[in-house]
Amino acid sequence: MIAMTTTTAQPKGLLPLPARTAHLTTITGALATAAATGLAWTWTSDFPGDLTYYGSPAGLQLVTLTGALLTLLLAASAHGLPGLRWLTPAGRTAPTLLAALGTFATTAFTLTAIAIQLGGLVNLEPGGYLAGATALLTLIGALGLPPDHSTDPTPTTPRQRLTAALTAGPPRPATRQLPTWAEHLTIAAAFAAALLAFTYGIDTDDGAPFIGYLLLVALAVPALHRAGLLARLTALTHRHRGTALAAAFLAATAFPFTQDTDQYTLIGANILIFATVALGLNVVVGLAGLLDLGYVAFLGVGAYAAALVSGSPESALGLHFPFWAALLTGAAASLAFGVLIGAPTLRLRGDYLAIVTLGFGEIFRIAMLNLNGTTGPDITNGAMGIPNIPNLEILGFNFGEPHHILGIPLAPYGNYYLLMILVTALVVLVFRRAAASRIGRAWIAIREDETAAVAMGINSFRLRLLAFALGAALAGLAGTVHAHVVTTATPEQFQFAGPQPPNSAFLLAAVILGGMGTLSGPLVGAALLFLIPAKLDFLQDYQLLLFGIALVLLMRLRPEGLIPDRRKRLEFHDTDRPDTPDPGNPPTGLNGNPTDPTGPLGTAQAKG
Amino acid sequence: MTTPTPTTNPTPPPATHPLLQATDVTMRFGGLTAVQGVDLTVHTGEIVGLIGPNGAGKTTFFNCLTGLYTPTEGTVAYRGTRLSRKPHLVTQAGIARTFQNIRLFANMTVLENVLVGRHTRTKEGLWSALLRTPAFTRAEHHSTQRALELLDFTGLAPKSDHLARNLPYGEQRKLEIARALASEPGLLLLDEPTAGMNPQETRATQDLVHAIRDHGTAVLVIEHDMRFIFSLCDRIAVLVQGRKLTEGTPRTVQADDRVIAAYLGTTDDTTPGDPTGDTP
Ligand SMILES: Nc1ncnc2c1ncn2[C@@H]1O[C@H](COP(=O)(O)OP(=O)(O)OP(=O)(O)O)[C@@H](O)[C@H]1O
Ligand SMILES: [Mg+2]
Repeated sequence: MIAMTTTTAQPKGLLPLPARTAHLTTITGALATAAATGLAWTWTSDFPGDLTYYGSPAGLQLVTLTGALLTLLLAASAHGLPGLRWLTPAGRTAPTLLAALGTFATTAFTLTAIAIQLGGLVNLEPGGYLAGATALLTLIGALGLPPDHSTDPTPTTPRQRLTAALTAGPPRPATRQLPTWAEHLTIAAAFAAALLAFTYGIDTDDGAPFIGYLLLVALAVPALHRAGLLARLTALTHRHRGTALAAAFLAATAFPFTQDTDQYTLIGANILIFATVALGLNVVVGLAGLLDLGYVAFLGVGAYAAALVSGSPESALGLHFPFWAALLTGAAASLAFGVLIGAPTLRLRGDYLAIVTLGFGEIFRIAMLNLNGTTGPDITNGAMGIPNIPNLEILGFNFGEPHHILGIPLAPYGNYYLLMILVTALVVLVFRRAAASRIGRAWIAIREDETAAVAMGINSFRLRLLAFALGAALAGLAGTVHAHVVTTATPEQFQFAGPQPPNSAFLLAAVILGGMGTLSGPLVGAALLFLIPAKLDFLQDYQLLLFGIALVLLMRLRPEGLIPDRRKRLEFHDTDRPDTPDPGNPPTGLNGNPTDPTGPLGTAQAKG
Repeated sequence: MTTPTPTTNPTPPPATHPLLQATDVTMRFGGLTAVQGVDLTVHTGEIVGLIGPNGAGKTTFFNCLTGLYTPTEGTVAYRGTRLSRKPHLVTQAGIARTFQNIRLFANMTVLENVLVGRHTRTKEGLWSALLRTPAFTRAEHHSTQRALELLDFTGLAPKSDHLARNLPYGEQRKLEIARALASEPGLLLLDEPTAGMNPQETRATQDLVHAIRDHGTAVLVIEHDMRFIFSLCDRIAVLVQGRKLTEGTPRTVQADDRVIAAYLGTTDDTTPGDPTGDTP
């Protein structure tokens, strides 16, 4: 979707409504939808969330309410309501349309779910019908809004017109500068809102309510993006790095204190473990461009190493290291394994490396299975794994017990969650600093063009090995905590593919889905990839199928990932030949336009 | 002996050895002999041209010099020391190059491209990067400073934040030169630096190469643009079908009938407007 800003004919909305009518319809519709969430949508409390009350929206009604309010704000801002104009610094129609669509989708989904789950439309109360109708009205109004910018030529096919309607114009410069304190406050508020949204998502009931939530999020986030708010926020966080980091850290830390049971803090801790490993994999795949299909083995090495020195009665070593020593052991074991695997294989390129790492990942799992005393020395207890890994204890602070911090109760997994926050912060720091250094630049150079990198004096084998080793050590670090959280280390946790994360396929998916080479990409990708299967448990066997379809769609629509790197196109395949003439593809610039922006690089990279 | 001379040093140490000495270099690909028994010497402070019709083996010879290919026969010595066969060690020793098919790090910024060129001249490892030691900060600062100087030198300073892939063609060629210079080479190998450039850009490149030489870096340049090469070089070697046909000053080479025959016999288009032509 390229924003073309040539001004020509009068832009038209998707539905032939006068602009004023469209605006009023949208705003009225959104207001009415918000009001309708205060009515009962169904008569029985059987549907999850209990949507039977008058005056207090609950469950999915809250989701609809949020969507309606967001639409209202965006539409009012788009209409030019004074005081709200800052909400839409870039697009106006596109964000409103997306928000209206999200609201309608989640409302329609809720009503359908009620009808199906309770067995018929009779279970809907008038409030439900009203909400559906008003949400539809909002959408119709939004569809009538004129597009943000006129395109040349005027779009004719429905598809082009839809694309045009969903494309936001370039951001307008800020009309006035906020005072510094307000900027800090904005950052804090944004992170608080993110925490709220995330906590709400994690706390929603499995099944229908979560899908409703997901529908809104999936459309509201692009809406905020089109409105230009996310770009504004990014600019702010860049300007106030310290505040942004502190706010992110605080928001992340606050999560377990919002929970009174351990159910979701466990998910939180697991998300962090998964995200940390994904970030480690991002060093290997995203920065150095090495496709590693056996990465979960490094998590396994860390977990097994930690299990062996954890003091578990089943451990063959019977050692009980303090946590810091276990952490170092896990990381060191993983690092050693990484070097061991990397040294013979990293001379391979692209596809070959992928196959070899896939093999090594399986070798690790099978080796753990066989070190059971019968088919090999008794170290890992075979398929039974090493159970009864005791809870961590650091300076007398037992992680297995609930604690009170400043009078706020903290459930056991909350302890692990907080520990993982520290580990994640460490890994984030390592990733950032490594990426922005001579070493990180060399990695990216190898990824971009290995021949040129080597010709610039980079010892590609050594640097690839370094990336591999660093990635392994980071995964080992996470593996140490992983062993204590799941209390058992079994071979089956560390497969290539499986329905539940972490496994190598999911890890890779998290990196690619989120955005290769970026910091926040794998974190977001990992959170989604962990949360969605955990919440949609009822889909069971269809989960992997849907996951596959979702991945294919995503790669089709947004190959650069959710949070793309500015260096979007990453190539796993490199032409193997140094500077050789390419008869079929002469160096451009001779016959081509010398100022063509995609120019010779595009051509040079496309061959082979 | 392999310590490189910084580019900023205008008076290199008295050379007892030639800067580059390629002896009897032969490169075969299966049955095809792309380069056969080529000798070439480059002295400090020289600009040497390497010309020849398409497919003569010029780029292959470059690849042999820089370690991307291991020559089937023959040796290459830099400042009297035999060069390693590892390309990164060749760069470390002090030979940097550009590519005929531009090979920039397309998705890195202009500045980052040049910083990658500094790789061999800096030592900071992973630990110092992770701990952000004072030495690391100093080295990064110094590298950035040097890289910006080079961008200034090549006229790319205003574009330091652009992605390399978004540069126009001529500037991409310049960036490749800046990146190569960042490794502080004693010898710079340029493979068709003006291919695809307009006459003004070609003239600017000529000035740039002179300036590089004046900063103490010798240059070996492949080019099809005869006006460019004859006015630029101190000495020219002619490669035809993998063998060195002749070598001498521009005047003697220009007057050599065999050179004209070799060129005219294969392609008619050696005018500056069409530098590389198509495959013979
Ligand atoms: N890796 C390779 N494998 C096989 N043949 C090769 C290889 N590299 C080059 N050649 C062949 O060697 C010959 C010399 O090629 P080279 O690229 O060195 O010519 P050149 O003088 O640089 O030509 P141009 O002026 O077109 O760049 C050609 O016939 C080419 O096809
Ligand atoms: Mg060539």
